[in-house]
Amino acid sequence: MKYQPFEDPVATIQALQEAPASPSSPRRMTLNMGPQHPSTHGVLRIVIELEGETITEATPDIGFLHTGIEKQCEFTNWHQTTTLTDRVDYLSNIGNNLVYALTVEKLLQIEIPERAQWLRVLMAEIDRLNSHLVWLGTHALDIGAMSMFFYCFREREDILRLKEMFSGQRMMTSYIRVGGVALDAPRGWEKAVGGFIRQFPSKVDEYENLLDNNPIWKIRTQGVGHISIEDMLDLGVTGPMLRGAGIALDVRKTEPYSCYQKFDFTVPTRTENDVYARYRVRMEEMRQSARIITQAMEGMPGGPYVADAPHVVLPDREKMKTQMESLIYHFKIVTEGPRVPAGEVYQAVESPRGEIAYYIVSDGTSKPYRLHMRTPSFGNLQALPVMLRNTLIADSIAALGSMDFVLGDTDR
Amino acid sequence: MSLSIQHPAILETKEAFGETTLIADPSRIVDLCRHLKDNHKFVRLDSITAVDWHPAEPRYEIVYHLHSLESIVPSTSIPKVGRLRIKCSIGGVSPEIDSVTGVWRAADWYERETFDMFGIGFRNHPNLIRILMPLDWEGHPLRKDYPTHGYKYSYQKGD
Repeated sequence: MKYQPFEDPVATIQALQEAPASPSSPRRMTLNMGPQHPSTHGVLRIVIELEGETITEATPDIGFLHTGIEKQCEFTNWHQTTTLTDRVDYLSNIGNNLVYALTVEKLLQIEIPERAQWLRVLMAEIDRLNSHLVWLGTHALDIGAMSMFFYCFREREDILRLKEMFSGQRMMTSYIRVGGVALDAPRGWEKAVGGFIRQFPSKVDEYENLLDNNPIWKIRTQGVGHISIEDMLDLGVTGPMLRGAGIALDVRKTEPYSCYQKFDFTVPTRTENDVYARYRVRMEEMRQSARIITQAMEGMPGGPYVADAPHVVLPDREKMKTQMESLIYHFKIVTEGPRVPAGEVYQAVESPRGEIAYYIVSDGTSKPYRLHMRTPSFGNLQALPVMLRNTLIADSIAALGSMDFVLGDTDR
Repeated sequence: MSLSIQHPAILETKEAFGETTLIADPSRIVDLCRHLKDNHKFVRLDSITAVDWHPAEPRYEIVYHLHSLESIVPSTSIPKVGRLRIKCSIGGVSPEIDSVTGVWRAADWYERETFDMFGIGFRNHPNLIRILMPLDWEGHPLRKDYPTHGYKYSYQKGD
């Protein structure tokens, strides 16, 4: 049978969406991109309608990585849920741990000691570097700058070692727990973190040297992927995309949590509103994160690393051997889990991708009644059809990469 | 944050944990949302979701989270923000509410997700189809009477 690409649109678009069912002009072609396309960084399918090389309509199809985490959360107790939040955004799990812990602590109304808060900030910023490095490496790889990938993953390996040092895990750390952090900072952490962070700014310079003096990189990114501020706000876009357009919306500054108000850092913005601006914003954010890490390292207060809340926080192992109360609390927390007072709260945190917010409803039992995750990738990806409209198909890869979404985060 | 929002659709205003919640009349939700966007700078819709109170009636609560921005012109200064939650209770037999996609386009996917997960219909939504589950999926997973392992498989002996 003879293949007639212009007469027969791909049949599956009809199932996806009724509206662009039949291409109106014979010159139009429907192209299926994904779900296994390497530039989508996960499992995202986009049905693109083309006129020549220009995209007239792009329809994202998500849900391939849907794992029902929100449903599972309703069947695990408050401490077990922490491990599920790791799996939402697997490139910045600490951000998810943090927002979950903050939300539950808001319901419990417990005071978190200073040291735990500083450790949280330290790890959250290390995690931001991790996520931005993966983004930079893969985004540059998509556009054709292959060596960037190796440079970025070299530094990422150091970061994963730091995470392993603090929590015993490289990726799914569950380091931030309800009531504090999992473990105190390990012996010799200042040396390890200090050694890394002292040379990190020069590494960022190295990346910029590779990319900023590269004419191909500039041509591929400058003026590409434009979307107006009104559209972005209307479509729920947050994070570096919004800051690349000049709106300094950063939850760390607008609604400070976990003592971020004590740190000296700026919110980098650009006004070009294109792929290049988002790249510049993220590079500058890496420098700011390095500044925060240095401050956290130098000013790390002493004291306990978990809250004084025996009904929530697992007791110290040594105390359990000598104190009856600790043993009883341990038994109660492990068997039935801590109880959280009834109520509903919403807490937002700035993740590397944008604003992540959890909405938790508790009915006073030992499990969340409802946990809704407002994830940045889901919100940002919604702007994709608007961003890709009337752009060239070759630019769609650069535009997609600049959004920095994680499909696990989108589909949950 | 203290807000003085006057609108006939507001049934009650609650303050808890430093967060403001408006209990609204579900039949006038679009009116209220437009009022908040136009007169109170709630330019961003953060999320829409639902809570299932099965077997209580009214069974569902639709929850809207809004985010206000003081200014939407490019600037390096940190904008002042505010947050607000709106809740509407709707009955369980054929749950339906008006879509707010006309107010914020961001509502599109959030309403599709709520439809997918809870089976709540949104009137006047441009494209109300499943978003996360497969198109031919049966049931709505986040309903409280939906088993965790789904309807399709049972792990009983002999199946």
